[in-house]
Amino acid sequence: MTPLLTVDNLRVTFPRAAGPSTPVDGVSFAIDRGERVALVGESGSGKSLTCLALLRLIPNPGVIAPGSSIRLDGTEVLSLEGEALRAIRGGRIGLVFQDPMTSLNPVLTVGYQVREAVTAHRNMSRAEARDRTIALLDEVGIPDPAERADAYPHQLSGGLRQRVMIAIALAGEPDLLVADEPTTALDVTIQAQILELLDRIRARRNMAVLLITHDLGVVAGRTDRVMVMYAGQIIETAPTARLFAAPAHPYTQALLQSMPRLTGPVGRLVSIGGSVPDPTAWPTGCRFHPRCDRRITPCAGEVPPWRAAGPGQEARCWLIEGVAP
Amino acid sequence: MSGPLLEVADLVKHFPQGHGLFRPGRTVHAVNGVSLTVAPKETLALVGESGSGKTTAGRAVLRLVEPDAGTVRFDGVDVLAADRRAMKALRRRMQIVFQDPYGSLDPRMTVGASVAEGIEIHRLAPKPEIRARVERLLGEVGLEPAAADKYPHQFSGGQRQRIGIARALGVDPAFVVLDEPVSALDVSVQAQVLNLLLDLQRDRGLSYLFIAHDLAVVRQVAHRIAVMYYGRIVEQGGRDEVLERPRHPYTRALLSAVPEPDPAAQRVRIVLPGDPPSPTSPPPGCPFASRCFHPARDGRCAAERPELRPVGPSLVACHHAESTWETPR
Ligand SMILES: Nc1ncnc2c1ncn2[C@@H]1O[C@H](COP(=O)(O)OP(=O)(O)OP(=O)(O)O)[C@@H](O)[C@H]1O
Ligand SMILES: Nc1ncnc2c1ncn2[C@@H]1O[C@H](COP(=O)(O)OP(=O)(O)OP(=O)(O)O)[C@@H](O)[C@H]1O
Ligand SMILES: [Mg+2]
Ligand SMILES: [Mg+2]
Repeated sequence: MTPLLTVDNLRVTFPRAAGPSTPVDGVSFAIDRGERVALVGESGSGKSLTCLALLRLIPNPGVIAPGSSIRLDGTEVLSLEGEALRAIRGGRIGLVFQDPMTSLNPVLTVGYQVREAVTAHRNMSRAEARDRTIALLDEVGIPDPAERADAYPHQLSGGLRQRVMIAIALAGEPDLLVADEPTTALDVTIQAQILELLDRIRARRNMAVLLITHDLGVVAGRTDRVMVMYAGQIIETAPTARLFAAPAHPYTQALLQSMPRLTGPVGRLVSIGGSVPDPTAWPTGCRFHPRCDRRITPCAGEVPPWRAAGPGQEARCWLIEGVAP
Repeated sequence: MSGPLLEVADLVKHFPQGHGLFRPGRTVHAVNGVSLTVAPKETLALVGESGSGKTTAGRAVLRLVEPDAGTVRFDGVDVLAADRRAMKALRRRMQIVFQDPYGSLDPRMTVGASVAEGIEIHRLAPKPEIRARVERLLGEVGLEPAAADKYPHQFSGGQRQRIGIARALGVDPAFVVLDEPVSALDVSVQAQVLNLLLDLQRDRGLSYLFIAHDLAVVRQVAHRIAVMYYGRIVEQGGRDEVLERPRHPYTRALLSAVPEPDPAAQRVRIVLPGDPPSPTSPPPGCPFASRCFHPARDGRCAAERPELRPVGPSLVACHHAESTWETPR
């Protein structure tokens, strides 16, 4: 069976006077129907641009480079136009953004905005659209949905606004929900509410979810597979439990070690020196090599190939002895 | 020296909200009777969800917002009674690193000028020596001397947070309010900044009021923890006591919400329903009652506000703090 989504050698470039920058540089992955996948990486690693590319929403003057491919159910998204493209945006692929305050229209009621999304992909009567809107607000756990539909975004708490965003993303009955840091702007207790909600809805609808986050902690127990992104590339992918138990790439290892935890030693944390490189000047070879304390001869000069590191686990690192998958 | 460096008692800060055409003016009860102490070289963490009043409490202690009631004593001095001159002297010893590393530095000032500002105001060094002192401070927080000539936008979030720390340290304080110093940072950078704060405390004997919402972060740096909910402290105690034997149901919920990467340590997640009550209309009883899941909760919770009182070695504001129950693992 073919995967629901197949991304192949995705590259996003921005033209610059000094030569183009490539913040997403050769990203490939696949997502199955109903699968829960996390894309994890630090700020600037290219997570949001990867999501936006799936919907062809790369901001100007950025472009998806020739040679990239995004197939949904076998259809090449990059060659779609007009109506066919609209059927994917907010239809078969739903998108939840990080900050609900900037993505909701402040002068329209939330009910109006959900209804617009409901009717965007289907013809229906006013009464039907209204019922569907209220059913969606109810599904995302908004209390008194019929009443709250008349509220403006600023009248709702951050958690409720994020629920409205999820309702909008669900309106087109998507096969894939892409959630770009859906809880980063929320505090821990509300974050837990939203993540639980997303997972309940996913299970009920058998929809696939791509969860974007910079926090490895939120993916544990909530996703089937994790992809770790660094400097515009995916550098490791593994089943979630495997990634936490036996991370293969030194970057993944360092990320896990630098996380503060509720158990284990207290005090100084293991930290990764330096900072995430800039897309205008990616390091040569392995992009993590300048910060890696285990680098060996080929790391600075040669791009490491994908190597199998465990069951369902692959990583791009010269230290891994495994065979090419 | 013995006894606390900072003593805060019954601190209150309300914000009047302008009235609209159809509604009367209301009052936001941001901080409602907060008492805490910080000893020399100690870190007290103040944790709680967004809007619980952490920032307001931290600012009120420094009189960056004027408290409505309560007392603040710093090193024996009555802070709220201090006149302008006395306040200026106090400000040198009590500093703050602001929550937002992007908004807290003046974009038109070089980093060197920002860091030098406090040193100049308090005349802590003769003019020709200021530059050297700024460079030493930047070095102490892990930045190059050349950073002094750049502007804030040329730095990453983690670097800006370091600049904020250098700026606060420039006047050689004894006590620093750290308002969510790592919340906006990536994990790898967060670890760098937390380590820096630990090193500076060790080397300079600093006291911290460390404001945060992530208990896993707090665990790395705090000696004691105060948990805030709805403008009040609902639990306060030693770090391990609070983390290992949380007695207030809200503390339990906060703990269970900490993202835990270790599958072996996976706990049952408590997902709190709903939101806290509106800050303009405090309920008569326990402010947590509407979301509480304590098996012993009863009519008293909604009717009568629990005071913060000793329960074991901690202080807890819950009518049922003694009745222990197992949070399922
Ligand atoms: N419109 C743009 N023009 C030029 N460069 C851009 C643009 N948008 C993003 N970039 C660059 O692309 C890189 C990746 O950005 P992206 O937003 O995908 O990161 P991210 O992984 O989502 O980070 P965060 O965790 O901060 O959201 C960044 O270095 C950013 O500066
Ligand atoms: N200047 C102000 N005017 C009016 N209300 C305010 C003001 N500052 C804070 N508040 C209100 O006081 C309450 C406490 O806010 P505060 O910023 O202290 O919370 P916090 O715990 O620091 O939250 P966060 O985690 O979001 O930073 C909130 O309801 C807030 O809206
Ligand atoms: Mg992003
Ligand atoms: Mg705050």
